[in-house]
Amino acid sequence: MNFNATFIGQIVVFAIFVWICAKFVWPPIMEAMQARQKKIAEGLDSADKAEKDLELAKHEAAKKLQEAKQEAASILEQANKRAAQIVDDAKGEAQEEGKRIVASAQAEVEKEVNAAREELRGRISELTLAGAEKILGSEVDAKKHSELLDKLAAEL
Amino acid sequence: MASEGGYANASEYIQHHLTNLTYGKLEAGSALCDGSTLEQATWKVAKCSDEVNGMGFWAFHLDSMIWSAALTGLFLLFFWRIGRKATTGVPTGAQNFVETIVEFVDSQVKDVFHGRNPWIAPIALTVFAWAFLSNLMDIIPVDLIPYTLELMGVKFQKIVPTTDPNITLGTATFVFFLMLYYSFKVKGMGFIKELSFTPFNHWVFIPFNLFLELVGLLAKPFSLGLRIFGNLYAAEMIFILIALMFGGGILIAIFGGVLQISWAIFHILVIPLQAFIFMVLTIVYLSQAHEDH
Repeated sequence: MNFNATFIGQIVVFAIFVWICAKFVWPPIMEAMQARQKKIAEGLDSADKAEKDLELAKHEAAKKLQEAKQEAASILEQANKRAAQIVDDAKGEAQEEGKRIVASAQAEVEKEVNAAREELRGRISELTLAGAEKILGSEVDAKKHSELLDKLAAEL
Repeated sequence: MASEGGYANASEYIQHHLTNLTYGKLEAGSALCDGSTLEQATWKVAKCSDEVNGMGFWAFHLDSMIWSAALTGLFLLFFWRIGRKATTGVPTGAQNFVETIVEFVDSQVKDVFHGRNPWIAPIALTVFAWAFLSNLMDIIPVDLIPYTLELMGVKFQKIVPTTDPNITLGTATFVFFLMLYYSFKVKGMGFIKELSFTPFNHWVFIPFNLFLELVGLLAKPFSLGLRIFGNLYAAEMIFILIALMFGGGILIAIFGGVLQISWAIFHILVIPLQAFIFMVLTIVYLSQAHEDH
């Protein structure tokens, strides 16, 4: 328990230890810790960013999907409309065609009827003439009575 | 453990445990262990307490110095090896342990010391490790290492460096030198001015102020060194007294065992506490040295 040179020895030895600690021991440990701190901070940052990106991408995807759905719906609607129109058009055309066919058929029929009538009329006048010849027993001068005969034919 | 077998009485046992292994200069004419007188001054390892007491200032406590240096050296070696291959990835095992301590010291420094000085934290770490490991030696049963070494021919051995005031005051004085260094480095002549003009800011009071401030300044290393010494010396003393009981019959020995365990458990609190106080005060003193008042 004497006070002696141990005191000086401890000052010197301790100073050397502090120097060693400050030069060789402390810096690498501190550097490693700070580097890790930085790494973790960066990791957290990028995780945040990734999360945000994901959110954004999800949003974008939802928007795209919505758009696609809308487009599909509009295309479908247009197609439906177009189909209906085509059907309508076809219907109209068919009706028209039908009408036209019917009309032409009617016209044909009428023509036939008229022709038949004309023929009939001619025949009738002939028949009438022959009948009258027979009745009168004489020849009717066709030329003489043609006016009368025509009148008769027209009445028939 | 302890037995009074080798000692004449309890007082000698205690005295023996409080004597350092000393290497020093014995002046001519001092008494030697065998009763003869030394003819010319020599440097030697003291063989008995008479020789120890005969040595003047030029003597070294080999045990205190070697234990102190070995413990601090081991700490540095361990931390250096871990730090050298420290990974910036996920730390494991020893690196975790080392980083916890470094982090702890660093946060203490950041709390108290607000300047930018990369030396303060390593100083604090070294001080803390030195104080903690030195104190920790007090847990080892008082006779274990000294008795083993005595069987090997080493007469004296004190294994707790912090029970040696030379060691604690040495460390405290080192801190004191750092305080002076940083005070002058940061404040220059302002430091002298600070000493001269506080607490009374008038030139008439300069001598009074100087006296007051210098006493205050010198009290810092003294209180720093003596606080840890006092605590550890008292604790060591109690361990020695408890160890004495082992020579007093089976019942007293058992009682002594119980006492030793309880005192050791209590001492586990004192060991880190004193190391912590030493470290924090070191940081505070160095912080004051950096600040203008």
